Amino acid sequence: MSPPTTATTERTDHDGGPPALFSITGVSVRFGGVRALSEVSLDVAPRQVLGVIGPNGAGKTTLFNVACGFVRPDSGRLLWKGEELTGLRPHRLASLGIGRTLQGLGLFDRMTVLENVMVGAGRHARTGFASALFGLGRGARDDAALAARARRTLAGLGVERYADRLPGSLPYPVRKRVALARALVGEPELLLLDEPAGGLAGDEMAELGELIRGLTDRMAVMLVEHHMDLVMSVCDDITVLDFGRVIARGGPDEVRRDPAVVAAYLGEEVGGKAGGKAGEGAGERAGREQRGTGE
Amino acid sequence: MQQLLTTALGGLTLGAVYAAFALALCLIWRSTRIVNFAQAPMAMITTYIALVIIDAGHSYWTGFAAALVSGLLLGAVVERVVVRPVEGKAEINAVILTLGLFILIHAVAGIVFGSRYRSFPAPFGVRGLTVGDTPVALTGFGVFTVLAVMVVMGLLVLLFRYTEVGLMMRAAAFNQEVARVLGVKVGRMLTLGWALAALVGSLSGLLIAGGSLVHPAYMDSVVVYGFVAAVLGGLDSPVGSVIGGMLLGLSLSAVSGYLGSELVPLAALVILMAVLLLRPGGLFSHHAERRV
Repeated sequence: MSPPTTATTERTDHDGGPPALFSITGVSVRFGGVRALSEVSLDVAPRQVLGVIGPNGAGKTTLFNVACGFVRPDSGRLLWKGEELTGLRPHRLASLGIGRTLQGLGLFDRMTVLENVMVGAGRHARTGFASALFGLGRGARDDAALAARARRTLAGLGVERYADRLPGSLPYPVRKRVALARALVGEPELLLLDEPAGGLAGDEMAELGELIRGLTDRMAVMLVEHHMDLVMSVCDDITVLDFGRVIARGGPDEVRRDPAVVAAYLGEEVGGKAGGKAGEGAGERAGREQRGTGE
Repeated sequence: MQQLLTTALGGLTLGAVYAAFALALCLIWRSTRIVNFAQAPMAMITTYIALVIIDAGHSYWTGFAAALVSGLLLGAVVERVVVRPVEGKAEINAVILTLGLFILIHAVAGIVFGSRYRSFPAPFGVRGLTVGDTPVALTGFGVFTVLAVMVVMGLLVLLFRYTEVGLMMRAAAFNQEVARVLGVKVGRMLTLGWALAALVGSLSGLLIAGGSLVHPAYMDSVVVYGFVAAVLGGLDSPVGSVIGGMLLGLSLSAVSGYLGSELVPLAALVILMAVLLLRPGGLFSHHAERRV
C-alpha cells in the first residue's frame, strides 16, 4: 500500500521529532449515506497531549470511537508504535496499553470506588485462575497488591477518602475522578479522554487541566473536547475537525489564528472566555452560535 | 410445639436445597440475563454420574466429588458450546436453547441410565435424630445438607468479595462493555460463572437425591421451587436467593404440615404470584437495599 499522500495537505509529518506512538492515517467512516469522517489523519507522539476539537457534529466522537475500536473505519489505518492495528476491538485496548474513559463514566454502581478502580488494574495482576479461585497464596497477595495500587491511584487524584463508598452516592466531579483513576491505574501509555470537561464547573475544569498536564511525564493523552479553554491550555498539538474533515492542525496559537477554524466556530472568539459552563446536547451548537454573536 | 419444630426443621433442610438451586439460577441470571432451564437436568446428569461411580464400588465421597467436578465442566461446556454462539442476540434465543437442552439431557439420560427409579445412598443416617428421648425431625443427612449449602455459600461470598477473579466476574456481570474496555476477559468470566452455577446446581441435585430415589425427572419439580425461591429473593441478588430459598422451604413445610401436602405446589405458585404482584424485584432487590 502506498502511504496516504493524498490525505490532508496541511499534514505536518514529523519534522525530525519522536516517532508517533499512535497514528490514525486516512481514516474514513460512513454511516449510511453520511460521511462522518473523511481521510482524517493524526499522530500522537509519546508524552504529548493531542487535542481534537471541532463544533458539534464535526465527527469528534466518531473519531474517538475509531481510536478505541468501537467503530471500524471503512478505509484508513491505525498504527500503534508503528505497527498496524487490524480489526482493533475495545477489549484489546487495555492489553495494548491504551486506557480510556467513557462519556457516561460507566462506573459499576454496586461496587465500591476502590473495587471499580481495581477492575481497571486487572491487566497488571498475573493471578493463576485456579489459585485465585481458591484464594490461595499468590492469589490473595496479588489481590492485596492490586488494592494498594488502586488506592495509590485514587490518592494521586485526591479522592482516596471515597475508596469504600459506592459511586452512586458521590458528587459528579468525584465520580469523574474515579473514572479517570480507573483508566490510569492500568498505567497506559496512551490515555484516550472523551469530553472529560463535560459537566464540570470552571474551577474544576482548571484542576482537570493541571491534572492532564501532570500525566505527560508518564503517558500520552488524546483529548477529544469542545471546551476551548481546556484544550488551549493543556494541548501541545491540536487537530481541528469540521464536517468530518481535518481543517487545521498545529499548536494552540497557530490553531487559534487559523481562519478556517475561526470560520468553523462562526466568529466565536477562539480560546477566549467560553462563558461559564456549556451544556451538552443536540442544541448546543446553535446555542454557541448565539453566544458567539452576542459576545 | 412438636409439630412446629418438625415443620421448621423439615423446612430448613428443604430450604437449603432450594437455596442452592436458586443460587445457581441467580449466578447465571446475574451475568448473562438468562434463566437456565437446563439447570435441573444438568444436576440430574451429574447425580447419575455420582451414582454410577458409587455403584461401581467407590465411596460416596468419590461420587460426590466427581459429580461436583463434572458439574463444573458441564457448566463451562454448555456456556461455550450452546450459549456463546447466541450471545449478543435476543435473550430469548438463549432461553429457548436451555429449554431444548432440558429436553435433550432428559432424553440422553433416559437412554444411558434408563428411566427406572434407582436408589441413591446417603452418607449419613436418614433416620430422625433424637435429643434426649425426644425424636426430632432432623436427620443426619439433613444436617449435612444445611451445612454443605452453608459452606458453599460461604466460599462463593469469599470468592466474589475478596478475590480478583471474583471482582472481575462481578465487573463482567454488571456491565460487559465497560468491563471489556478495562481489559477484563469477559468471555472467560462468563464461562467460569456458568461453571460455578452448575457446580452449585449439582450440589442441590446430590442433596435432593441423598437417601432417596433418582430417575431422569427427579429434579424437575425443583425447577419450579428453585425458580420461585430465586424470584422471591430477587433474581439479581445471590444473598437474596439463598434467603428466598430458606423462606420458601419453611413456608412450604408449614403448608405441608398444617394444611396438607397436596397444597404445596399451589402454595409455591401463590407465593410466586404474590411476589411478582407486590415486589417484582424480589424481597432483596438492590433497589430496596439502597432505599433502606
